[in-house]
Amino acid sequence: LGYPHDVSLTSPAKESGSRGVGRAGSVEVLAALLLLLLVIGPRLTPFVSAARMQAWTTIFIAVMIQAMPFLVFGVLLSSIIAVFVPAEFWAKALPSRPALAVPVASVAGVVLPGCECGSVPIAGSLIRRGVNPAAALAFLLAAPAINPIVLTATAIAFPHDPLMVVARGGASLAVALIMGWLWLRLGRADWIRLPRRPEVHGGSKIRAFSEAFRHDVMHAGGFLVVGAAAAATINVFVPETWLRSVASARVLSVIALAVLAVLLSICSEADAFVAASLSQFSLTARLVFLTVGPMVDLKLVSMQTAMFGRRFSSRFAPATLLVAVLMGAVVGTALL
Amino acid sequence: VNRQAQAVVMLLLGAVVVKASLTDTYLRYVKHGLQPLLIIGGGLLVAMGALALWYEVRDLASSTKDSHHEHREPRVTWLLVLPVVALLLVAPPALGSYTAAQSGSILAAQSSTSDYGPLPPGDPVPIGLLDYASRAVFDQGRSLRGRDLQLSGFITLGPQGQPMLARIVVACCAADGRPIKVGLTGNIPQGVPANTWIQVIGGYTATTSTDPINGAVVPYLQVSTWQQIDEPAEPYDQ
Repeated sequence: LGYPHDVSLTSPAKESGSRGVGRAGSVEVLAALLLLLLVIGPRLTPFVSAARMQAWTTIFIAVMIQAMPFLVFGVLLSSIIAVFVPAEFWAKALPSRPALAVPVASVAGVVLPGCECGSVPIAGSLIRRGVNPAAALAFLLAAPAINPIVLTATAIAFPHDPLMVVARGGASLAVALIMGWLWLRLGRADWIRLPRRPEVHGGSKIRAFSEAFRHDVMHAGGFLVVGAAAAATINVFVPETWLRSVASARVLSVIALAVLAVLLSICSEADAFVAASLSQFSLTARLVFLTVGPMVDLKLVSMQTAMFGRRFSSRFAPATLLVAVLMGAVVGTALL
Repeated sequence: VNRQAQAVVMLLLGAVVVKASLTDTYLRYVKHGLQPLLIIGGGLLVAMGALALWYEVRDLASSTKDSHHEHREPRVTWLLVLPVVALLLVAPPALGSYTAAQSGSILAAQSSTSDYGPLPPGDPVPIGLLDYASRAVFDQGRSLRGRDLQLSGFITLGPQGQPMLARIVVACCAADGRPIKVGLTGNIPQGVPANTWIQVIGGYTATTSTDPINGAVVPYLQVSTWQQIDEPAEPYDQ
């Protein structure tokens, strides 16, 4: 049963060069997959009925459903801005002195809602249009963490700890500023290698908007599935006593959640809900989770490598991780 | 993954989310307040999926396009089929006695500073499990004495196999669900399988024990009568 299905799954990718066949293949595979599941679905139920699998699936769906509206609204707004606001506008709006452009670009993240997947291409296009890389990178780090949609989601996820919103905004802004200014001092332009890609969209603006939306929802959504599955796995399969023993150690718990944030790669519009579920951990450790997550994680590092090149990401990501953990711990200790 | 398949997945995902939020299914996973956002978000997904699909179909018909069709999309986008399948075919039940047995009672985490006013009138008076437990433990049951109380929850088995009343408390979505547990004395429901929902009428008792998982205090309830009920539409403690 699994074998032919696996083969047909790989075929569209292989055939993507000869597109006529490959394109039709993908939809057919999808349709076949759904039909197959409709037929064998009832037979799957006893398999899934083990209490542990049920709890896993419930939590997986819960994270997906809770995050879905925020993801959709975020992508909607970032697509509108990406398509209907000219890129030149940002170059004009920023101060010409780089040291000043860094804080302005960081704060500009407030009005540019989107999750981190959306801000990587935006930062790339800002650099292309002549924005100083330090400012573009500060924007890249700040935008996913401090925009209103993400902060609202954080407030909803932590109804009893309103200071969490302030702490998250403050710590993330601080990391963006530090990394931007650090780039001005230490960064080298030749580390960044932007891919030469022709601007493709020949069609209407609505079409470009539709493309941007589809692309961002599917990519961010795909990685969200990975994150939701990982969160459900940790929730269900890791015994509470383990997490408690890690969670009770101050330094270890901070490091553990920083690593978890990198591994889970959850979209910033949804990560607050996952953080809320890690209720065994201190608020400071969870703030570190929320500060690191939108700035450094597996999917972001791979996206940054694709956009800016390996020489850039191999330096930028570890430095950001270090600064984010430190700032999260400092702000958390002071505020929470 | 190609664009048509992606558009179809967007459409499907939006449709199953809207469907779940128009029935009570969504209450197994998230709180009531998210319903309007779910309907709007799901509706947007359906609309944008339909728009994307319309462009693809039009391209296919006119067959003048292509320059940007060569770009291969990463395969991670396929994963969005999983939540569609899980919601459409499995739609797993709300968290219940499995979670209650795995996790420590939530009362330890609660640092309640609010003062507990008198209970509303009513005989018996309905009261939530978390409310009962907080009043019993943090207010020494002052507001509970002499009242007939009505609690509902599901049966979970304690460390010695004794039946306890439990309910899952959710702050945001089921991923942060933690149980609140109340021990039972008096007319204890015997032979009721775990995860069965019951409604209990009883009174306050000063008996407590501790949850071996996290050391939380578990208050007890003196049961006078109980009956089996259906799982409520909102299964989580509010």
